[in-house]
Amino acid sequence: MYSEKVMDHFTNPRNVGVMDDADGIGEEGNPVCGDAMKIFIKVKDDVITDIKFQTFGCASAIAVSSMVTEVAKGMTIDEAMKVTKQSLADALDGLPPQKMHCSNLGADALHKAIKDYRNKQGK
Amino acid sequence: MKKIYMDHMAVNPLHPEVLDAMLPYLKENYGNPMSLYEYGIKAREAVENARALTADLINAQAKEIIFTASGAESNNFALKGIAFALQNKGKHIIVSKVEHHSILNSARFLEKQGFAVTYLPVDNDGLVNPEAVKKAITDETILISIIHASPEIGTIQPIAEIGRIAKEHKIMFHTDGVASVGNIPVDVQSLNVDLMTFTAHQFYGPKGAAALYVKQGTRIVPLIYGGIQEGGRRAGTENVPAIVGMGKAAEITRKDLQKRIDHITPLRDEIISSALKLDKVILTGHAEKRLPGHASFVVEYIEGEAMLMMLAIKGIFSASGSACSSKALKSSPVLISIGIPVHLAQGSVVFSIGEGTTQEDINFFKETFPAVISRLREISPYSEGWENTEDSTCTVKK
Repeated sequence: MYSEKVMDHFTNPRNVGVMDDADGIGEEGNPVCGDAMKIFIKVKDDVITDIKFQTFGCASAIAVSSMVTEVAKGMTIDEAMKVTKQSLADALDGLPPQKMHCSNLGADALHKAIKDYRNKQGK
Repeated sequence: MKKIYMDHMAVNPLHPEVLDAMLPYLKENYGNPMSLYEYGIKAREAVENARALTADLINAQAKEIIFTASGAESNNFALKGIAFALQNKGKHIIVSKVEHHSILNSARFLEKQGFAVTYLPVDNDGLVNPEAVKKAITDETILISIIHASPEIGTIQPIAEIGRIAKEHKIMFHTDGVASVGNIPVDVQSLNVDLMTFTAHQFYGPKGAAALYVKQGTRIVPLIYGGIQEGGRRAGTENVPAIVGMGKAAEITRKDLQKRIDHITPLRDEIISSALKLDKVILTGHAEKRLPGHASFVVEYIEGEAMLMMLAIKGIFSASGSACSSKALKSSPVLISIGIPVHLAQGSVVFSIGEGTTQEDINFFKETFPAVISRLREISPYSEGWENTEDSTCTVKK
């Protein structure tokens, strides 16, 4: 039911972990719903220089989390605000239809981390 | 890579002798049992022989066995067939909250038809209290249906006791024996049941072969109308190879059951004791009153579908009652009924073993399961403890 790319990012997720000196933190989802994600970003000159995630959820939730960190690393924060659920699903060669929304938290968590960063900057 | 099948509650592999018994009825003996010439006679004999063998497994008479195509069909048949047969006597039905969907959804259908249904709660081990059954009975009650053993949590209900209460009150009693028949000794006489659902693929028979035991003299309205197959109670050309397979599987099971139980029980105990040594792993269901091959847990801080998928990558096939592992994206109502909070129910995992399971398999399991848990906990934001678990904040988006 999952693509090879989903299985790859699930079994070897990129950028797992916490960041003690994060410039922005985004949280999305809730364990009651079955999927929850935390994302940490480091920003320099408006560019995401480092990114980490932690995810509680199904295989696709973990794969999407991994993919969003891979995609966003090196992007400017304006570019990163344009990352969508659909673009992440496409980058993973698709998600099963019932997983499209519930486990696809990566874009929302990333956007929240960027907003957190902007708030902290007073921008 | 080694593949270890630990999902016998989903389906059991076909016993080789069962396949051999079925093959002639997929090949040269293709007759319709309703035909009057030799092809038909041979097929009829095979079906009736299978009926007798199937009846023997549960200590019933051959004429009390109605063959169906699935456990779900038998459960639908029992609930609707008795409800519609007895609706002039009363319109109240009692079931438990830990029934299979085929019982719960049939009960909901009957509610729409004007029946009243009581859904009995269970305790934290998943047990129905027979006293609660007694209290729920009204003058209108026509049917009680309680699952014999839970495929999700393994708990075995006090069916004989509930059956005695039903008998005292002259109320029809059905049990869903899908998870029990073939896994523990089942005798419809000592269980005091009037109807019982069971299915061949739970005891190494084929899929598509199931039965409803209907005690002699019980009035039941058919689900499927048509010809006079199954005594006019279930129309449709008989699935001869599947029925033959069910009979053969029942014959082998009757002979081998104790041997199977003796083989799988210590292996199951090893699964449970090794898992409970791990941090924040909880057994679901009753510790003793449970199916011999059944081990079910909730693992804190990680999610069941991810656990199931990672175990599958390592070659261990299991099941989960988590929301994400269900197509409907809903946590198992059974886990919620035994008082597991929704966020913990997400960490559900179920292992069910069978006669092919070996000590070597269990050794591999004992190495692999802890590794999978720690890997997923490394990824989880909650490995230090839960947060944001208020039950009210989740709206499932579809």
